[in-house]
Amino acid sequence: MFSLEGITSTIQDWLFFKFNPTLALAIECVIVILLAIALFAALGLILVLMERKVAARIQIRLGPNRVGPGGIFQTAADTLKLIMKEGLTPDKADKFLFNLAPFIVMMVAMLLLAPIAFAKNFQIWDINIGVLYISAISSLSVIGILMAGWASNNKYSLLGAMRSGAQIVSYELSAGFAVLTIVVLTGSLQISEIVAAQQNGWWIFKGHIPAIIAFVLYIIAVTAETNRAPFDLAEAESELTAGFHTEYSGMKFALFFLAEYINIFIVCAIGATLFLGGWMPLHIGNWQGFNHIMDFIPSSIWFMGKTFFLIFLIMWFRWTFPRLRVDQLLNLEWKYLLPISLFNLLLVAVIAILGWHF
Amino acid sequence: MFLKEYISDVYNGVSSLLKGMRKTGYYFTHPKEIITEQYPDNRATLVMAERFKGEVVMPHDQNNEHACTGCTACELACPNGTIKVVTKFDITPEGKKKKAVDALVYRLELCTMCNLCVIACPSDAIKMAPNFEHSVFDRSKLTKILNKTGSKIREGIE
Ligand code: SF4
Ligand code: SF4
Repeated sequence: MFSLEGITSTIQDWLFFKFNPTLALAIECVIVILLAIALFAALGLILVLMERKVAARIQIRLGPNRVGPGGIFQTAADTLKLIMKEGLTPDKADKFLFNLAPFIVMMVAMLLLAPIAFAKNFQIWDINIGVLYISAISSLSVIGILMAGWASNNKYSLLGAMRSGAQIVSYELSAGFAVLTIVVLTGSLQISEIVAAQQNGWWIFKGHIPAIIAFVLYIIAVTAETNRAPFDLAEAESELTAGFHTEYSGMKFALFFLAEYINIFIVCAIGATLFLGGWMPLHIGNWQGFNHIMDFIPSSIWFMGKTFFLIFLIMWFRWTFPRLRVDQLLNLEWKYLLPISLFNLLLVAVIAILGWHF
Repeated sequence: MFLKEYISDVYNGVSSLLKGMRKTGYYFTHPKEIITEQYPDNRATLVMAERFKGEVVMPHDQNNEHACTGCTACELACPNGTIKVVTKFDITPEGKKKKAVDALVYRLELCTMCNLCVIACPSDAIKMAPNFEHSVFDRSKLTKILNKTGSKIREGIE
């Protein structure tokens, strides 16, 4: 049966057989970097196209349909266009920070890739504080955004960046609490253990209503953290032209754009791992026959399927809901999401202590 | 009391959001709802809506007769001087002089498709046509004479 685990272990064995351990490790690093970049490029192309198609269908349109059959090469053509465009730097901008910002945003996205388990035993770095690492790194992206907004020397950019800062600082909390509920249930911060704990059922089923509430809170919070509509105040085309990346053009703009989609992928991947069992196939209790059939579908397909389902959900939000005002945004977080998630965490703690979950 | 309000707030918020998502979800799963017209690919089969206002025309019947009396009501109604009615005097069989339209000059480039002239016309001689392919290389081609050459007023219209 096809499995990524087999491929990686074969390559590793071969490398350690051919070269000395240090060199083999270095070669592995290079392979991982190349794979990550390839994944980013592929994800950028696929997700942008997917978003445009989903948006079109929801707005009763056809969407891109001229470049290639059904428009599938549209995003490749767009990327080509962006590569050929001139990358302007405004005259009064802080040149160094201005050029650095898109790379910082990208770098954060790349770092977040490390602890994600893409398939069974297919993970770059299985650290024992995986969830903590993710929450820590994901809040760094606001630095890149603030840097871009400040360095652009443009009032729209600065306003967008400030809004983004306020937003990420507040929504980080409820995202953290939602993640914590799963940590409480599992009793571990390690991604592989969290996935393994969902062997006999995903947390969203096993954790009763609190897990469902946590899932909803998580989805809302990460939609806000990735600056997507209805929380896209940082960009808000109608008020701030393009928010923090107003002054960016060409490839640097493309990096911001790509980072947005990569971030969506990553938060959805984490959501899938925590609540929907990651690469774990759909198992129901002790139904051996059913579980066996589900095991035949490769774990990477399970993971991607769940992740893309969540991505679709977030896209669905974007094209349905109107944008919030900044005071409504903060109201929602501090008056609703945060108290609910605190209460929910308490409930989960009780459930975990009394062992009421399956 | 406060708690009850709070919970009903959350409930109402969530349910109204779900209502919206149901609508968009319905559109997403029903491609037959798509309203995009792939013009000009479908030019041959394109159906324009009845209410579409593209141009003022004067319908003529098979005898090359129209219903315009030359009353100039349309010219007066037009807010931007698009229509100019040039009148002449016909001699009726009884030997009386009668006002008639000589040329109804219509300048498409000025028209805002506001429909006021059509409403003002007492004899329903003009109407809006759903034709939108108006581009020409020479601006003077946009100035049109709506009554056809040799046409005359239909019998019985005063
Ligand atoms: S539609 Fe309006 S603008 Fe055009 S000719 Fe009639 S009254 Fe004038
Ligand atoms: S088109 Fe109608 S309003 Fe205009 S001159 Fe003729 S009859 Fe009068």
